[in-house]
This record gives sequence, C-alpha cells and structure tokens, in this order.
Amino acid sequence: MSAPRSDRSPWNWLLVIPIVLPLVTPLYNFDSPRLWGFPAFYWLQFSFIFVGVITTSIVYQMTKRPPVTPAAPAEQSTKPAETTDE
Amino acid sequence: MSDHITEIVVFTFLFLLVSVMGFVAAKWRRPTDMAHLDEWGLGGRSFGGWITWFLVGGDLYTAYTFVAVPALIFGAGAAGFFAVPYTVVIYPLFFLILIRLWSVSHRHGFVTPADFVRTRFDSPLLALLIAITGIVATMPYIALQLVGIEAVLKTMGVTGDSALARHAPIIVAFAILAAYTYQSGLRAPALIAFVKDTLIYIVIIVAVLYLPYKLGGWGTIFDDASAKFQASPAPGDGLTLNANNQIQYITLALGSALALFLYPHSITGVLASKNRNVIKRNMSALPAYSFLLGLIALLGYMAISAGVKPLPGNTAGSVDNNTVVPLLFDQQFPAWFAGVAFAAIGIGALVPAAIMSIAAANLFTRNIYKEYIRKDATHAQEAGVAKIASLVVKVGAVAFILFLDPQFSIDLQLVGGVLILQTAPAVAIGLYTRWLHRGGLIAGWAGGMALGMWMLYSIPNPATKRAHFGGSAFPLEKFGFDTPKTIYVGFVAVALNLLIAVLVTLVLRAMKTPEGFDGTEPDDYFADEGDPRLEKARTTPETLASST
Repeated sequence: MSAPRSDRSPWNWLLVIPIVLPLVTPLYNFDSPRLWGFPAFYWLQFSFIFVGVITTSIVYQMTKRPPVTPAAPAEQSTKPAETTDE
Repeated sequence: MSDHITEIVVFTFLFLLVSVMGFVAAKWRRPTDMAHLDEWGLGGRSFGGWITWFLVGGDLYTAYTFVAVPALIFGAGAAGFFAVPYTVVIYPLFFLILIRLWSVSHRHGFVTPADFVRTRFDSPLLALLIAITGIVATMPYIALQLVGIEAVLKTMGVTGDSALARHAPIIVAFAILAAYTYQSGLRAPALIAFVKDTLIYIVIIVAVLYLPYKLGGWGTIFDDASAKFQASPAPGDGLTLNANNQIQYITLALGSALALFLYPHSITGVLASKNRNVIKRNMSALPAYSFLLGLIALLGYMAISAGVKPLPGNTAGSVDNNTVVPLLFDQQFPAWFAGVAFAAIGIGALVPAAIMSIAAANLFTRNIYKEYIRKDATHAQEAGVAKIASLVVKVGAVAFILFLDPQFSIDLQLVGGVLILQTAPAVAIGLYTRWLHRGGLIAGWAGGMALGMWMLYSIPNPATKRAHFGGSAFPLEKFGFDTPKTIYVGFVAVALNLLIAVLVTLVLRAMKTPEGFDGTEPDDYFADEGDPRLEKARTTPETLASST
C-alpha cells in the first residue's frame, strides 16, 4: 500500500460537541428563561439540534473527498474503476 | 363509526395509493437482475442523497415513535423528551462509526452486520449470536408498528367485539405490505417513504401552527401541563427533570442512540446508499427529523391542554395513552385533515415495518441459511430465501399482536433495545480494532445479556401493577446504593459486557488461544464508490485462511 487512506482528521473532534452537549442535563434543566412560551428545557434542546447540524456540516465539508475517486492504491484491478455494479 | 366516515375514506384512499406504489416500486430504478440479495435487500446499493434521506428518516422515526413519544410526554412530562437528545447524539455517531461499516461492506459485499463480524473475527458462532440477537430484537419492533396503526384505528372507531374483528384491518394491511415487500424488496419502502414523510411533515407543521393558536399559545400549553403534573401524585413527572431521573435521562438517550445504530434496519438503510459522501451529507440533513420529533413530542402537552382523555386499554380500568395523539387530531382538526393525519401515522408504520422485515430476512439468509443450511447457495437462491423469510417475519409480528397483549410487545421492544446493545463491542468496536478476542466478545455478550435480562425482570411497574418488565429505569438502590436515582438498564449491561470482553481477552491471549484470521484490511474501512469489490472473499473464507 503506497498511499494508505485514512478517515482521521482533527475536524472529527468537533463532533464531540453534539455528542456530549445534549447529555449534560444540568446545563438545560430549567423552566426559565422562556422563549415564545417554551421553557428553557425545551428550546435549549431544540437548539442542540442546530448545533448538531452545524458541526456535522462543517466536518463534512472539511473531510469530504473529491467526487472522482482515485484508483485504489491496493489490489489494482484490471477492470475500470468506475462502474462497480456488476 | 358513522362519525368517522370521512376520516376512514381519506385514510383508506391514501393507504391504497401507497400500496400501488409499493408494487410499482419493483420497476423503479430498473434493477438489472432482481434475483440477487443486493438488489432485493439493499436496493442495488445505489441510493443517492435524497432517497437515503427519506429512507433512513422513514426508517428511524417510526409510527410507534410518533404515537409513543407524545404519549410518554402526556403521562410523565420532561422524561419523555429524551427522544430529542437521543436523536441529536445519534448522527455524529453514524458519521464517525457507521461510515466505516459502509466501506468495509461495500468492499466485501456484506449485507448484514453479522457478515462483517464473521469475516473480521473469523467466528461463525459470534456471527450467529449477532444475527439471532438482531432478529429477536427486530421482531417486537415490527409488532410495535402495528400498535401504532391500531391506535389510529381505535380512534376512528374501527374496532369489533371479537379479537378477529378487532384485528381484521391490521391483518389486511399487513398482508398487502407483505406482498409488495416480497415483490419489490427495499425499493418499496424507499418509494413509499416519500409519501409518508411528506404527509407527516405537512400534518405536524399544520399541527404546531394551528393547535397553539386554538389552545391559547405555547405559554398556556406548558402552563396547563405544569398544573396537571403538580396536581398528580406521581413523583417523577413535571415540566423539567428532577434530581432522581437525570441519570436515567442521560443514559437512556445515549443507550438508545447506540442501540438504534446497531439495529439491523438502520444498518440496512445506511448500506443501501451509494457512497460515503451521501451518508456524511445526510448526517447533517437527517436532524430535520429530530426537530420534527421534538414538535411531535410536544403534542403530548397539547393533548393535556386540550383536555384529551385517552381511550380505555385492553384490560379493564387501564387507559391506552397511545391514543392521545390520534384523539387530539380527531377533536381539533376537520375530519378530512384528521384522515390525512391518521394516514400519515398508518403509512408511517409500513415503511419501517418493511425495512425491518427485510433486515431480519437478510440476517436469516446470510448468517443462518447460507452459513449452516446451504453453504453453496447462489445469489438467486439467497434472494429467494430472503423473500420467504420476510413473509415469515411479518406473520410472526402479526401473531404478536393477535395473541399477546399489546403491552407485552412494548415490553419486548424494551428488551430488544437492551439485547441489541450487547452487539456493540463486536460490531462498533470491531470497526476500529481487532484487539478484543472473539472468545472475549462471546463471553461479554453472554454476560451482558444475562445482567440485562435480570435487571429488566426485576423492575416493577406500579402504574400497571406488574411485578416484572415494568420499564427500563433501574433503581440504583437494588445495587446497594443508598439513593432513589435510576439508570438505564442497557447502559449497565453493555458496560459489564465490555468489561468481561476485555478480561476474557487478556486471559485468552495469555493462554495463546488462536484468534482466527482477519479477512479485512485496514484500507477496506475507507473504501468508496468505484473501488474494486471482493465478492468472493466471503463465500470462500477457507481460501483466505485456515488458521483454526
């Protein structure tokens, strides 16, 4: 394997935020302040959904691969690498 | 029943419409050869961003979720809102972990998580345990979808006195579902999911705009709920969590997230997408459903505010909280729109039920039939067996509903979540490292199962006056801690599972017990669309190694 691929990236650490934040109940287990009638417990947890969307979008943009996949480094096949559906 | 004629007509019309779609789906995206498990069971592994979004969304957010989560909120308040953190946490986990399963499955042609475990750990026994766990955990989940439909039918007054008359509509619905799943495989739920999700989005957007307007605004709704919880004698309810159920809330959210991505039907949905970018992109688009689910959960409070009284349950004196959302729609919406809302829930049951039965059929075919009954099965034979197996699974699910109290399938679903979590060390950790020994994984699985079952068995439910399997919140005082706090059973069981797996691994390694041959290579975990595939790797593992 000349150039091993990897899915390691420092950007992945960003995903710790949406995994940990919704699980820390002392952060949001309150009734006030209310927002449009919603107790804090509810609107804060709704806002965590957006935190999840934003962080996964950033990590996706930063780690996505170019649309054309380069030929696999290992197991050089004689078949063209495009259409794999047999 | 006569008051509900409009609702029933709209419901039936939409139901028949998607049934036709289900049969037509076999021709959708023109499979080259349907007699292949990749085509029938994974839709040709070809789904792009939009289809995956609808399919996985329709798969993870089931009819039961739409009925049971607001029912929980209606009954207990904040504790039922765990569904939101649960569905926030799950997508980063998918993003990081399941993507590797997609890659290695793409390279090796794996159809099930047990296929992966078989090749990774070179252990047919471990793969069999994973497959059986998956099938057993999925069955009650399918049955629960029927509970969702039943709540709707009950509200429309479609019930009879005898057991057969009460269940006849469900049997008919499931027979149609079974027929088009048999015919079209995963393409049927993928196509129907478009209709289901569109209907659900419309219904919920209308509900959250229109109902608060009718009920006096969100502030009033929350205040009414708060007043109800303050008046009730139950200690655990309220608009926010109390000191005793926070650990339960956290561990239930995290444990449910881990369980959900191990369920065979979620893995089936992910494996059907065509490349890594489709999956990653979807992880930032799928939370739209979490937002929807949060709003649906709040329907429980609207039902309190609107003064909904749940219909009686199957046993005298009990109430069926699952009927609160259908009743709320029935009371507040014009009849035709209530019919649309009911159809959304009913069709919402069909999509996940189809995917679940396909996932269970794939497990049976690949990891039991092909492994133990007919090792030289061709692709066409695999597809044929899977189609039959999907029928058997559905008959089993209907039998659950016909012969058992629906409450029992809810309990079994609870058990299912704990069961499926026990596959985490082999499947999820196995995607990163092969450090754990296959013997350790088997021992850990057994230990986690035993502890989980014992804990569930020992939880009583004061509300339904049953001594066992009363819920998933385990009182820590039973472990000898002097506290009224509770914790999620699955979480404790999987922790023990992991501990045993590590200890037994150390022992087996010290004894130099053979570890078997790893059929995967590091690069397999990053494979993407366009990479060469190794179809033969799984069919003849003997050619790769004969280490044990």
